[in-house]
Amino acid sequence: MSGVRMNYARPLDFKQGRVDMSHGSGGRAMLQLIEELFAAAFANQYLAQGNDGAVLPPSAGRLVMATDAHVVSPLFFPGGDIGCLAIHGTINDVAVMGAQPLWIAASFILEEGFPLGDLKRIVDSMAVAAREAGVAVVTGDTKVVEQGNADGVFITTTGVGVVAEGVLLSGDRARPGNAILVSGALGDHGMAIMSKRENLSFDAPIVSDTAALHGLIATLLATGADLRVLRDPTRGGLATTLNEIARQSGVGMLLEESAIPVKPVVAAACEFLGLDPLYVANEGKLVAVCAAADAERLIAAMRAHPLGRDAALIGTVHEDVHHFVQMKTSFGGRRIVDWLSGEQLPRIC
Amino acid sequence: MKYVDEFRDGEVAKGLAVAIAAEVKSSRNYSFMEFCGGHTHAISRYGVGDLLPANVRMVHGPGCPVCVLPIGRIDMAMRLALDRGVILCTYGDTLRVPASGGLSLLKAKAGVGNKRGDIRMVYSTLDVLKVARENPLREVVFFAIGFETTTPPTAAAIRQARQEGLKNFSVLCSHVLTPAAITHILESPEVGRYGTVLLDGFVGPAHVSTVIGTRPYENFAEQYRKPVVIAGFEPLDVMQAIRMLVRQVNEGRAEVENEFTRAVTRDGNLKAQTLVSEVFELRSSFEWRGLGEVPYSALQIRAGLAEFDAERRYHLTYVAVPDNSACECGAILRGVKKPQDCKIFGTVCTPENPMGSCMVSSEGACAAHYTYGRYKDFPVEVEQEVRA
Amino acid sequence: MCLALPALVVEMSGNDMGVVDLGGVRKDVSLALVDDVAIGDYVIIHVGYALAKLDPEEAVKTLALFAELGTVEAPVQ
Repeated sequence: MSGVRMNYARPLDFKQGRVDMSHGSGGRAMLQLIEELFAAAFANQYLAQGNDGAVLPPSAGRLVMATDAHVVSPLFFPGGDIGCLAIHGTINDVAVMGAQPLWIAASFILEEGFPLGDLKRIVDSMAVAAREAGVAVVTGDTKVVEQGNADGVFITTTGVGVVAEGVLLSGDRARPGNAILVSGALGDHGMAIMSKRENLSFDAPIVSDTAALHGLIATLLATGADLRVLRDPTRGGLATTLNEIARQSGVGMLLEESAIPVKPVVAAACEFLGLDPLYVANEGKLVAVCAAADAERLIAAMRAHPLGRDAALIGTVHEDVHHFVQMKTSFGGRRIVDWLSGEQLPRIC
Repeated sequence: MKYVDEFRDGEVAKGLAVAIAAEVKSSRNYSFMEFCGGHTHAISRYGVGDLLPANVRMVHGPGCPVCVLPIGRIDMAMRLALDRGVILCTYGDTLRVPASGGLSLLKAKAGVGNKRGDIRMVYSTLDVLKVARENPLREVVFFAIGFETTTPPTAAAIRQARQEGLKNFSVLCSHVLTPAAITHILESPEVGRYGTVLLDGFVGPAHVSTVIGTRPYENFAEQYRKPVVIAGFEPLDVMQAIRMLVRQVNEGRAEVENEFTRAVTRDGNLKAQTLVSEVFELRSSFEWRGLGEVPYSALQIRAGLAEFDAERRYHLTYVAVPDNSACECGAILRGVKKPQDCKIFGTVCTPENPMGSCMVSSEGACAAHYTYGRYKDFPVEVEQEVRA
Repeated sequence: MCLALPALVVEMSGNDMGVVDLGGVRKDVSLALVDDVAIGDYVIIHVGYALAKLDPEEAVKTLALFAELGTVEAPVQ
């Protein structure tokens, strides 16, 4: 496509224009959408070539690949939107494996009638998020479906990164005696979404914590500590992530409720809606399992980073054939923090 | 959060635990039933049981309106959504309760055969009225469940609908009454079959009592010679109430005492009570899941408001559906058996696949034990403690 | 039973509606079921309705009762 300009009758109308079926057909309209919106926003050498696939340079280590579909509703929420959420989410999935994220593929399923202005906002947000993270969106795809068959837009992102020699992070590496850490306060993202849906308002608004964590992770790896598991507690919250790790590693866990950071306004919003913050999604937080001796050092490293200011030691790992995640409550009693049963539905009772 | 955090203070809990231990007599056991599902949840979620002496046992009662909602009532709601195309509005608690044919409201929402139920979760009857106003050409039905706490909001919605002249709104009423259930536990003919449970007293419901007051429990305490202490919703309230019950038992008293004085009075909320009696009347009998038919234990909408009564409006009939025969909920609800005594607990019957009322909501005795407490059934040594 | 919360009335919106605040979170609720509610009162909220006013004096008394009990020493049994 370089050098040959297509003649479009009019530039895309981002004020009043809407997605229609022709934008997904493979014809001129779709080409215009790609050139004037996607390629313009993501602007890199791979997209400029205009091929269906991006030829990537050879890498200096093992590759990590991760993929996510994003179907969040509402599309725009306090602190972010589906676009930056998608980019951050995939960067994080790659980064928690210890890899430096490099390239992202993004595919869009657009609903007929979706305003082009909103699409531009989302794509621009993705471009900013990618640029700030030093990651390129190198290839993508667009489809359009009839009205009623998608919630405005669904985005799937796949990310690829490179892991340095000797880095080994995996959910099955937690061992008895290890320490469990979190990088900050829990529940912000899920409650930002729920609150918008349920018309709650706030003095101090709850804002999604969506963020790219690869920088924070790099500082943790640089400490040389015995870091064994990293994961980001997204859907299902901390409780789900810990139960997954406990099961993969074949261990039990004991948490200290009073050590788990939750912002007071998030706790209050959870109370209002009958939800448990331990099960609420996060999009800019880490769970780490490390050798006990390294816990202090890693907490200090996290707290020195803008995304880890409220990092905390929240529990320990022990032998347990049942893989229970137990918790000492702030009240002084004990309970288990079980797998989520179905979807967390707000209670009246 | 003011009036919440202070009532969850772990340091104060330690002091209360010591105080309770000081008052119990080591020569006897104490068995108290907390009637209310909210209390069951608080006890499990905060691990209050761990702070009580070994000879004080908490028995989880049937005060969870979702748990005692019979399958047949959910079937009625589902049929309205699937067959009559109404917009069915419901609180979140009911969505996963399994009904007949392996279905639930959540599954009906996803679709059954070529039918899909328009089922919407609401937090409040205010939301339901909004749906009715915004969809004047559709029929909107509110699936009303709950004890006396939840009944006044339903009554307020019906009154509001009548004032506005809403023509497309009605209520499928399954509201139930607390004192009737407590009486039934102690008096039912099935007691012979399941065996009596030696209950020494009751922790009375918190928010039900803000509406009905403490007066309704007085006859009951006198007639059955069991102390009742109305307890607030927070774990410290529950511990204090247990302490007051222990004291009553030791002193041979059987009175109604009020721990939740900051929100409960003897008369309760007369405005709410009046509104409820204007809108509802007693049913002569109602089936409670796990307890069977209980007389004068539930409400129906008065004849004068028939247009707002979904049962009359859609000519619905109730068909009783029995529970799995291995289910021990009847005995568990009366405190005669524990969840662990049930053959299907934790194997066939789990929160994901509940077989009976006690597992259906997170406040049922079985669900609470499974979700929060089953680690106690297995010996697990935890040596390391967290140094935060 | 039934999830209910004590919240501060911060606004009266007319038509039996008001706005309450719990820990910095605000919500519209109905005041149709209680009388004589004013800004600054605490009410118990359940499914979007205020069901009762909270009595601050009684709250203080109850907390004092907890604390008072906390100093009892366990006797030898």
